[in-house]
Amino acid sequence: MRLTDLLTPRPEGLYCPPADAFIDPVRPVDRAIITHGHADHARAGHACVLATPETLAIMAVRYGRDFCGRAQALAYGEALRIGDVEIVLRPAGHVLGSAQVALTQGGVRAAVSGDYKRQPDPTCAPFEPIACDLFVTEATFALPVFRHPPAETEIATLLRSRDLFPDRAHLVGAYALGKAQRVIALFRQAGYDAPIYLHGALEALTALYERCGVALGDVRPVMQADKTALAGAIALCPPSAVQTPWARRFPDPITAFASGWMRIRARARQRGVELPLVISDHADWPDLQRTILETGAPEVWITHGEADALAHWCESAGVRARALHLVGYDDEGEQSDAAA
Amino acid sequence: MNRFAALLDRLAYEPRRLGKLALLAAYFRETPDPDRGWALAALTGELSFKHLKPAMIRALVVERCDEKLFALSYDFVGDLAETVALIWESEPSRANAALSLSDIVEGVEATAKKDLPALIALWLDRLDENGRWALLKLITGALRIGVSARLARQALAHLGSASVEDIEDVWHAASPPYTDVFAWIEGKGPRPQSGAVRFHPPMLSHAWEERDEALAPEDFAAEWKWDGIRVQAAAARDAHGRAHARLYSRTGDDISKSFPDLVEAFAFDAVLDGELLIRRQGRIESFNTLQQRLNRKSVTAKTISEFPAYICVYDILSENGRDLRTLSFQERRTILEDFAAAHADAPIGLSPLIAFKAWEDLQAARADPAHYAGDSAFDAVEGVMIKRWASPYLAGRPKGHWWKWKRDPHTVDAVLLYAQRGHGKRSSFYSDYTFGVWRDDAEELVPVGKAYFGFTDEELIQIDKFVRHHTQSRFGPVREVTHAPDEGLVFEVAFEGLQRSSRHKSGVAMRFPRIARIRWDKAPRDADRLSALTALLRET
Ligand SMILES: [Zn+2]
Ligand SMILES: [Zn+2]
Repeated sequence: MRLTDLLTPRPEGLYCPPADAFIDPVRPVDRAIITHGHADHARAGHACVLATPETLAIMAVRYGRDFCGRAQALAYGEALRIGDVEIVLRPAGHVLGSAQVALTQGGVRAAVSGDYKRQPDPTCAPFEPIACDLFVTEATFALPVFRHPPAETEIATLLRSRDLFPDRAHLVGAYALGKAQRVIALFRQAGYDAPIYLHGALEALTALYERCGVALGDVRPVMQADKTALAGAIALCPPSAVQTPWARRFPDPITAFASGWMRIRARARQRGVELPLVISDHADWPDLQRTILETGAPEVWITHGEADALAHWCESAGVRARALHLVGYDDEGEQSDAAA
Repeated sequence: MNRFAALLDRLAYEPRRLGKLALLAAYFRETPDPDRGWALAALTGELSFKHLKPAMIRALVVERCDEKLFALSYDFVGDLAETVALIWESEPSRANAALSLSDIVEGVEATAKKDLPALIALWLDRLDENGRWALLKLITGALRIGVSARLARQALAHLGSASVEDIEDVWHAASPPYTDVFAWIEGKGPRPQSGAVRFHPPMLSHAWEERDEALAPEDFAAEWKWDGIRVQAAAARDAHGRAHARLYSRTGDDISKSFPDLVEAFAFDAVLDGELLIRRQGRIESFNTLQQRLNRKSVTAKTISEFPAYICVYDILSENGRDLRTLSFQERRTILEDFAAAHADAPIGLSPLIAFKAWEDLQAARADPAHYAGDSAFDAVEGVMIKRWASPYLAGRPKGHWWKWKRDPHTVDAVLLYAQRGHGKRSSFYSDYTFGVWRDDAEELVPVGKAYFGFTDEELIQIDKFVRHHTQSRFGPVREVTHAPDEGLVFEVAFEGLQRSSRHKSGVAMRFPRIARIRWDKAPRDADRLSALTALLRET
């Protein structure tokens, strides 16, 4: 059989004809397989949704219990057959519950990785490479300028700044799903055990992480803290809140932003960030290459991001590559998560 | 080098003026000579490495990195120094903190041109990412970190008891690495020789508001607000009778080198405040024309004859050694008028006053400068200035003395056609937009203007994303953006006026266009037709 019989791009998203299912569709469909809970991948309004139990829980928190007609949970590593196709979800290491979708039919396997990273993350299961004939990858940071430093060194930078300015609040912009909880867990790993304050938009998902067994220590809503407690404190908020009146309650705040984009000075300065933290939930350039080679796939499809650069590298490495330029996927979910 | 790199890095992320001052002062206090002097020279644009060109850096990097990947990276990052600093793979174990700023300045000086690439590569290998960035910024002369010459000198004043004015006085006679200046400021040496000319901080205006119309019109003068570059022309003879002339930007940067045609003609002893414009055959050209001269990398005889610079003067701060700033605007204006009459042969002209009795008269002048100012200046007027007759010349932005009253904009809904990468902190974004409207007789969009501001930072990110996801084709730094009737981006464009133009396919050219709103709610088919603009032409 041909690969395109198993998987094919459509305007709604990637489509698997034998299972009659779309992966991360951007429009409402009958059957959707959702890789992870970021708003650009997980949308409300599908008739039937298949995802990990964690992803389904995230969607319920975001969109309400009735986010779809029927929700079907599939744990990592369990196999499900729809028609002739076997579907298995494997960890993608991106955020809690994030999964790669392995589709196998007649000895041919396609792996759709959604968003993924290879750096260690205390809040989610690590990425597992899938041996496959077709690997579908993102390319958010697919340029040789993107080499993410270890997240621990970025956290250490912020803690040093806090020691230097013990009376100023440190306000860290972080996406509501995944990044915020990972940053909190990294602070805890670094031995910081004081209360960490949360913007209201981060509370529900952080509580969900804790219910799923991710220990985050003493986290408190900013709303309930008085101004004196916020001096010298670390607080997390959606990136868009840093420049709003909400931020005025903090005494002389230093604004930080945890994102892979912070690697580029112009991007950090353009956002008015004073303390850029290069912490990304997407694979960097070396990790994208390593992952493609580890899957052993002779063909790679690139969904979104810097597809031209990654396709160029694939060709030089003897791997067939196709840039799909799918529309509707936000790099690092900037708008969607900021709004959540 | 580590210390200088750390300074540049922190300056780049410090938005507050006071924060920048503190960082600079701390650096000057803690760094020994001559490193701090070289740093000061680099920050104020007095240091240049003429054999080190961006092309050489580019050649170095493509020796080590796939050329296409480098090109795509550069396109994304938008800044050569940063792209190379990030892409360069070095072994951190070889990083060497002992490389000082003086090592670099002296190293470049002592090395033959042909051996420079190897030397730079060696340094890039020895530095960490931040150090590489600082080195590349330094040698390509593109620091652009928001430090003006004046700010750097204010930081020097923090080191000792010398005032900024004192420092300005000696500044232009001193040369890098300024060891005598530092010694004097720190009380360890004599005062260096004064320069003959120095920068005087300019007087700035507030925006005119409706409630200001309660003021009595007879207490005020009005003149055109010119759409050029605010400059200060300063010339004098020193104690030895030698003539000195300088042209400063409004932040005190010395821009004499870019306008030799002006500075050579400064045969006077005075400090003038005015607007730099281009004048051809008696006609003052629009800011767009001035921009074309500013965009030229080097100032050749051809540039000068094609874009002759001119200063429209509106104030005089000193003459023949006498400080006039405490006099009233009215008294200074009389002196200025005499001055302009006596120097009629210089590329300098008097900014005319606008006669008016009531604020409504000014409103009319502001709305239709072509009528009031005459056609020869129409393009370069962006509103009116209102100045109190009794005001002294005060540095900074004092309240209650000077106002600017800009023209009311017109608006049109236009479709984004092309996007180009911006400059400075916008260099990694597509921030310059060419837009068009529909022809009246055909389903075709014709370009009518270009704009690169008017949107918020958040909106810039959204537009940039739109551009990257809807690119039809690319030519160098320009992307053609999808513009079909049902797919594309509509801007509400505000502009100050319109004129016929034979250079534009549409036959019209906008003055001072900017993005008033992004109409995410509109499809290109809803955008305006050319007749909406040509109707405006008939009005005037
Ligand atoms: Zn994601
Ligand atoms: Zn994504």
